[in-house]
Order: sequence, then structure tokens, then C-alpha cells
Amino acid sequence: MPAAPGAGAAPRGPYRVASHGSALRVGLPAAALIVMLGLIFTMQPRAMSYFGLTVLLGFTLPAIFAAMAQMAVIAVGDIDLGIGPFISLINCIAATLLAQHPVLGWLALAALVALYAAMGALIHLRRLPSIVVTLGASFVWLGLALLVLPSPGGAPPAWLPALLGWHPPLLPLPVLASLLLAALGEFLLMHTSYGVVLRGIGGNPRAIERAGWSLLAGRMSLYALAGLSGVIAGLALTGLNTAGDATVGAQYTLISIAAVIVGGGEFVGGIVTPAGTVIGAWIMLLAGSLLSFLNISTDWQLSVQGGILIVVLGLRALNRWSGA
Amino acid sequence: MTEQASEALVQLPFDQLPYVQLLGIRKSFGAVRALAGVDLAIPSGRMISVVGHNGAGKSTLMQILAGTLAPDAGTIRVGGHEVGAGYGVRRAGALGIRCVFQELSLCPNLSAEENTRVVHPALAGPGWRRRARRLIGAALDAIFPGHGIDTRRPVGFLPIGQRQMVETARAFTETDRPVRLVILDEPTASLDATAAEQLLRYTAEARARGVAVVFISHRLPEILGHADEIFVMRDGQVVGSEEAGALDEQQLVEMMGVVRAVEPTPKASAQAERGEIRVEQQARPDAPVPVRLRAGEVVGLAGLAGHGQRALLQAVFDAAHHRRAQLRVAGSVAYVSGDRRTEGIFPLWSVGLNTTIGNLRRLARLGWLSAAREAALAEEWRTRLDIRTPDIGRPIMSLSGGNQQKVLVARAFAAEADIILFDDPLRGVDVATKRELYQHVRRAADAGRAFLWYTTENSELVNCDRVYVFYRGAITDEIAHAELSDERVIRASFGTGQTVGV
Repeated sequence: MPAAPGAGAAPRGPYRVASHGSALRVGLPAAALIVMLGLIFTMQPRAMSYFGLTVLLGFTLPAIFAAMAQMAVIAVGDIDLGIGPFISLINCIAATLLAQHPVLGWLALAALVALYAAMGALIHLRRLPSIVVTLGASFVWLGLALLVLPSPGGAPPAWLPALLGWHPPLLPLPVLASLLLAALGEFLLMHTSYGVVLRGIGGNPRAIERAGWSLLAGRMSLYALAGLSGVIAGLALTGLNTAGDATVGAQYTLISIAAVIVGGGEFVGGIVTPAGTVIGAWIMLLAGSLLSFLNISTDWQLSVQGGILIVVLGLRALNRWSGA
Repeated sequence: MTEQASEALVQLPFDQLPYVQLLGIRKSFGAVRALAGVDLAIPSGRMISVVGHNGAGKSTLMQILAGTLAPDAGTIRVGGHEVGAGYGVRRAGALGIRCVFQELSLCPNLSAEENTRVVHPALAGPGWRRRARRLIGAALDAIFPGHGIDTRRPVGFLPIGQRQMVETARAFTETDRPVRLVILDEPTASLDATAAEQLLRYTAEARARGVAVVFISHRLPEILGHADEIFVMRDGQVVGSEEAGALDEQQLVEMMGVVRAVEPTPKASAQAERGEIRVEQQARPDAPVPVRLRAGEVVGLAGLAGHGQRALLQAVFDAAHHRRAQLRVAGSVAYVSGDRRTEGIFPLWSVGLNTTIGNLRRLARLGWLSAAREAALAEEWRTRLDIRTPDIGRPIMSLSGGNQQKVLVARAFAAEADIILFDDPLRGVDVATKRELYQHVRRAADAGRAFLWYTTENSELVNCDRVYVFYRGAITDEIAHAELSDERVIRASFGTGQTVGV
């Protein structure tokens, strides 16, 4: 807008919060995580050991990959409501096909990653709302999972539980994997030159298009990344559970969205923080552990996880208004 | 061949051949002809300026030049070679053509250096960020010394002036290909005086290096003071070009105006003098001409797009629902948007439902809608505005654009509002439909409705009893129907008219 009165006005929208710097974006959830860990260690000093952490954080492995998948989709301003059932489907395939016919199993997993990319292409080409497409896809994933494994059971290939049971030196596996994933995510999305273009799509797709980049390729790359992360999350879950279940992944939809937002991401505008997302996933899972240490029924876990999400979004909105 | 000789050969075309040549460029959007055969030559090392009022075709021409729009017909030559059908942004970029678009094309979530990377495919691989930082930093330092911009912060939290600086400086950065032509579309609109002066001074340096510049601005003194050559556009054609030194503001304004065949102008409504005051604005130092609207009056809001007309419509709309100190609005308000796709129609609904949605309270009894009365009302307006559909139950998207716009006008009329706000509703509508709607507007005004009519087409202003002309958020002229002339509107649109009360 030329010569708009009020030129030079302070920026609005998500960037007002961002003006505190991305350090705060990741710093705040990191501080919250430290407080939570402090509480847990005070109540359960035994958790503060290599094996304590391995047990305490075991299930963060599928969660951090689910969160990373969600983050890839949120980076372009979309949302993925199907990641939970997708993880269930991977779980069912890993507990059956992958063990019985490894080649077919791997092909199926590769095909599913390709399907994710195709979903991104569909959303872009037909200008469909991602919320509808991924919700629709979630029922497809669930249906496929039930076809593959109608009732819970099956068994993963032997190497999978072994891999999840691996005890690396110095750091427990969940901690090591989280650090590596955060570093990899930060590198790919925040530091490579193509990562800049991908984030730019979330910020101003027209500008990216005008600069000569393909929005279709960008969205497909991020959806493929999401599919790949989802596959890894499903495999990790199978390795931990050592069985398949067509509904086991359902909770990961909420957890993954909450992890991205709690970790400093925004629903719009291409603002995501890979490191923060990993921290967010930890927070969501530790909230459940904290409840059990406090002798509160784990039935409350979902409410608490949803509550954290609402509180974080509420605080952010408050911050925006008070600054206006 | 010695090195010097080959250099001389490269230098030669700089002065003799235009770097970019447009021949017979045509472009239409549906029924609207935006460009009707434009010829333009842009020599290296010169700054040309393209001026014209709304709808003259400047923006379309610049988009074609930058490769974001393809022309329907015509030839584009760059560096003496014809560019074919594959001319797009990437190709334009490879040929050294850069554009600073009017609406910012930065990604707000990316930093200045990251935004620089976006337009330079060559900024990839290890160390790209360091190179990008140096590149944009150097360009900013060269153009806007003392800018004080942190190139590592996301541009979304820089103030708009600094964002404009980043966008402008980015256009002058070079990686693997030299910059040959930079299009600056209103680059000074959101810059303060110092930065604007710095930029204009820098264009002289760039020209000395052989860079061609196309400069578009609504500030005529900037154009007259800095451009080498001025092209005047009107109705999709270049109607004249002059060396900048040979012109003054008065002559330039005259060239932009149109001598129109006299159309039968509707006479101003007699009621307008006495009608009840519907909208009244308090005079303030920053708004020397207060807006006033009486029942039965049609008041036009003119000026270049985006200079505060829409803001006034919004203010009136808001003031009808909440009290405002500076603006008194008496009566109900209906709003007709020109952007029917995003804020006008309900695309999945029928013609009938789209017509009656504004008046549901009157159609309802005890909270229940009467389908029969709804249909009757829609049918009535279909007949009155001659909306061309066999059946009001047909989906709205089955209508032509002009007829969809008629439905929006019918909605406002059917809402029986006292004040109707027109937000350029007839943009892109065919002439026949326009004529019909002008008559309906006049009839409705005679029946006591009041109209505030923002239009980007000066020819529409003859339908108004009075016209306010906007420039940079304020009204610079108030013109009565009898005194209306294109020249006066254009002069006020560029801020060169005297501030007059009628």
C-alpha cells in the first residue's frame, strides 16, 4: 500500500511476538522443560540416571518424529490432522508385512512417503484446505491399518526392538536421538539455502513464486519430509511396543500439533523452530509422567496436554494484545 | 582481438540500442483491455518514468516487463534479442531485469539476507548465508548510508520503511548476472524524505554504470527532477513521451488527462441540497476538507488507488455501528465490494440467497425465514436490475462477472440501507452493465439513498453530485458536479491541486 497513513507502524501479527527474538521462542519452552525435569527429578531421584532417563523418555522417540512431521507441514502454513492414524498404519505394516516380506514392507513404506508428497501436490494444485484433505486422509490411513492388521497383534522384525533397545555410550538413546534430530532439523530448515525457500513459502508464497521457485516442488518436499518422519515415528513406536495396533497412533495428532506450537511455532506465516519442536514434544510427554508421579490419574493426560496448548496460545495472544 | 577492443564492443550497444524494447504489447483481462498496443524503449543508463492515472495500464505493463504476466500479443526484445513465449521471472532475472513491486514481495518470516537468497539461485551451498549478508549489506550501505538495518532479523519486524529499503536494495544486488534494468514501482511511497532522496541519488550512480531504471511514482516533482525521459500512459496506450527537462507539472497533468467526448451527464439531484445529513466528519488539521454526505446524494471518492478512499469507507461502515468522535453517521449502511471473490459473494449459494442475505431480519418472522418472501424479494430485484439468469435458484457462479456484481448491488439495495458504500464495485464490469447500474444508482439516490462511491475510473465520476479527491490519506480537493474535469481530478490525485472547499 503506497503512502498508507501510519507508514512506519510497528509490525503486526505473529511477528510482534517474534520481535523478542527467536532465542526466546526456543528459550521459553526450554526453561519450561528444565522446570518439569527438575520437578520430576525431585520427586523421583532415580529418574536422574542413564536408565532412569531411558525409561522416562522412551516414548519421546515416536513423539519427536511425529512432531517433526507436523512441523514440516505447519512450515508451509498447512496442518496435518492425519499424522496419528498414519503412524498407526506404519505400526501395523511394521508388525506384519515388514517382518514377513521385508522387501514388500520397505516398498510399502516408500509408497506411503510418496503418497504424502502426492497429498501435498493435491493440496497445492487443487487449492484445497489441508485441514480437510489430511482429515480425510486420516480415515484412509485408519482403514488401511485395519485392513493390514484387523486386530492387535503381529510382531516386528527382530532388528527393530533391538535397535530401540540399543544403549549408546554416554547419552540414553532418546536423548541422543532428540539432540541429533533437533540438529538435523535446524540444519535442513534453518541453515540450508533451500530451507530458506521452504520457510519463505509459509511467509509469502507469492514472493517465492515471483522469485521463480516452484511452490509445488516446495510443498511436495515438505510433505515428503513429513511422510518420512511419520514412517520413522511409526517404526520407533513398533520397536517400543513390539506389536501392531491400528489405533495406537491416534494420540500423536494432538501431541505433534501441540509440540510444534509449544515449541515456538505458529500456525501461520512459516514460523517454525525445529529445536523448539523437539523440546515441545518432550514437554507434552513429560506432562503425562509428571501426572503419574503426582499420583493423578493418567486419564487426565489428554486434558492436560490440550490444556498446555490452550494456555500457550492464550499467553501468546495476550502478549500480542498488550503490545498493541 | 585485444581486451580493450572487445570491451568496446560490449560497451557499444549501451548507448545506441535500447536494452529493452516493447513492441505492440497487448493485454486484456476478460472484457477489460488493459494494454492496447504499447511501444516502449528503455535504453541502458537512462531512467525513464511511466506516468498515468488509475487504469492507464502502468502496473500491467511493468508486470509484463518483469515476466510475471504474459502479454496477449506483441514482442519483447531484451539486449537486441527477441524473447519468446518462455519469458518469465526466472528468464527476466537471468537477463538482469529486476522489479521492486508495489506491494512488498519480501517474506516477513525471513531475514534480509534470507530474502536476498530467495531471489538469487546462485546463493546456495556452503557459506551462502555469509555471502548473502555481505551482498545485501553492501547494497544497503551503498543506497541508504546509515540505514541501521540488522540484516539478520526477520524483515516482518522491521518498520515498513526499512522493509522497503531492503526490498529496493535487494533489487540492486548482483551475483552471477549483472543487473541491467531495475523497475521501481512506487519505491518512495513508504520511505521518509531522506531515504527517498538517497535512493534517487543512487539511481544516478546506477545509471552511470549502464543500468537502466524504470521509475514509477505518484510524486510528480520526483519524476520531473530525476527521470531522463517521461512516458505518459492513458487508456492502455503510451500517448506521449518527453525529455523530463522539457516539462513542468502543469503540462504533465494535462498529458495524463483525457479530452472525452461529451456524454449525456445525469443532472445532479435537486434533493441533494436539502437532504438529511447522513455522514458528517469533523474538520481536523490533518483533514482540512471534512466529508459530508446528504440523503439523495451521490458522492464520489477519487484519486490514485490506495490513498485513503477505502479507509474512509471502512470508517463510515464502522461508525454506523459504533460511535466515533470524528465521524457521525446517521442511518443504516450497506457495503458493496469490488473484490467480489474474496469479500462479496457466497460462491456456493444461489443467486437468490446471495441477494437476500443482507435483509434477513426483515424477511424473518419470529426468527423463522419465509422462503416464499425471500424468493419474492430476490425475484423483484432480479427484474429490477435485470440480472440475467433464468432462475434465481441457479448457483451464483453460473453468472457472468458483471451479473455477479449486479447481485451484490441488488443485495445492498434490497437491504434498504440509507447509505450505500461502493468500494469500486464496477471494476472489470462490461460497459453495458455499467450504464444500467449508473441509472439504478441515480434512481435510488432520487428515492433518498445516499452513496459514497470509491472508483478508480475517472469516467465514472460524472455520475456523482460531488467528488472528493484523495492524496496520501487526505482529501486534496472537493469538486462539484458542474466543475468536474479530468484535469482537476488528476492534478489533485498527484497532490498538486490547491486544497479547496466548495
